[in-house]
Amino acid sequence: MEIGFHGHEFDKAERNTQTLIEKTINWFRSKSIFVVAYGTGCGAIEMPPTFTSRYDAERGGVVGVATPRQADVIIVSGYLAYKTLRRVIRTYEQMQSPKYVIGLGSCAINGGMYWDSYNTIKKLDDYIPVDMLVNGCMPRPEALLEGFAKLQERIRNGEQGGWEKYEKNLEFYKKNQKKVLGENIDPSYEADWYMLKQGATL
Amino acid sequence: MILQILELIVIAYVVGFIYFGTYRNITARIQGRYGPTIYQSFFDSIKLFSKKSSASFGWMFYLGPIIMATGAVMTLMFIPLFNDSDFLRSVTVQGNLFLLLYLMVLGPLGNALAVGTGGNPFGVMGVTRGLSRLFGLELPFYIAIVGLIIASNSADIVHIMDLQKINGLNIWNHPFLFIAAMISMVGFFGESPFDIPGAPQEVYSGPRTEFSGKFLALLMSQGSLFAFAKLVLVTDLFLGGADSLGMLLLKTFAIFITLIFIGIVYGRYKVSQAVDFLMKIPTLIGLIGLVRIIWFG
Ligand code: SF4
Repeated sequence: MEIGFHGHEFDKAERNTQTLIEKTINWFRSKSIFVVAYGTGCGAIEMPPTFTSRYDAERGGVVGVATPRQADVIIVSGYLAYKTLRRVIRTYEQMQSPKYVIGLGSCAINGGMYWDSYNTIKKLDDYIPVDMLVNGCMPRPEALLEGFAKLQERIRNGEQGGWEKYEKNLEFYKKNQKKVLGENIDPSYEADWYMLKQGATL
Repeated sequence: MILQILELIVIAYVVGFIYFGTYRNITARIQGRYGPTIYQSFFDSIKLFSKKSSASFGWMFYLGPIIMATGAVMTLMFIPLFNDSDFLRSVTVQGNLFLLLYLMVLGPLGNALAVGTGGNPFGVMGVTRGLSRLFGLELPFYIAIVGLIIASNSADIVHIMDLQKINGLNIWNHPFLFIAAMISMVGFFGESPFDIPGAPQEVYSGPRTEFSGKFLALLMSQGSLFAFAKLVLVTDLFLGGADSLGMLLLKTFAIFITLIFIGIVYGRYKVSQAVDFLMKIPTLIGLIGLVRIIWFG
């Protein structure tokens, strides 16, 4: 089945239609970001300094957590081999919504210098919904911090998050994932494992 | 009565979270960075409560955080906040130290049950570490409390507080017991060097690994309630309690900040090292205090 969907379009109309309660909750959400930093490519080198004294991401409420269950944001830092993609998808589906994805570096945007590679994906956005792309090869911690600030602004404005797209267009993403990973991706969808209905995240 | 308990919970929730925010801020300053505001823990907890989904593993998993929260609230209810006023005294007249000690271990047990249901090996590992550490932590703490009970001839907290008005503060009268209790407190607060159960680098935050969204929020909230309860308990037992809210905050914060400063400068002990240390040094200090009371009155 073909699904007419393109990953980049975000619903701007929702911006001004938040109720007061939603606004407050979104403000709190934007103030507290728990990150699971998935170091895949060279960008992993630039992530730890972001959380150290020099750049101090905790100023903006951004802290690292050790498990995807507690995380709000996953950072995919650079090129993704097919093998790693499997784990990234698994990690992403274990996170609790609302959840967001930050793609770090050119490789996450369009394959970067791994464009020709036989075992890396090119566009991360086709496999999991990316909320924020930070470009550069490799991006400096300042760029990542700005990415966080922009993401927080969007959460505050109540814009539609990638996780909603993922739930709505699950078939689109699963089709793309199966294209590179084969038919047997496990879990096919995390909710299936716990025998929940499709479309429900855990 | 119900209203009082609710007031108590709200005060403990707010104060506990602001203390933890301050803790994060001070840690940041010591590490040479700005760090989050003191309200950061609030933001975290409200965000977690407003999560749209929370992974669950059956009804026992639901009960775990609830048992822990119950333990925290009960502990809080049986500790008198102020010296002479009936304000916020809730049910303390019926409670005493023995009941309190019993209630304080309710939380860890509830947690162990829930983590077991989750089935995550890291969680189970964290709980095992936590429970073995608990043996070490409780020994000096219990010795300190038994010492106070003997010295005051009563297990009633209110009575112990009243006695201190006549005899002077217990921190000066029984310094050994105070030191033993404080070392245990460092562990009860999950500070270094006794923070092995939740080591994020080894067991992925241990007992909390599988808790997400509302479960984690509940765990955090009960943590801050429980922390406040323990601070008030030490204040009551050793610092003679408080007459006003300002005094209470001052005294509890003084204890809290001492614990933080101890925690920040130490590395992490292994489980065996921690239990070894706790069974030797603080236990010995506590015993010296106990012998001193029994022989010299
Ligand atoms: S964008 Fe550059 S630095 Fe980042 S993973 Fe790709 S090649 Fe490495």
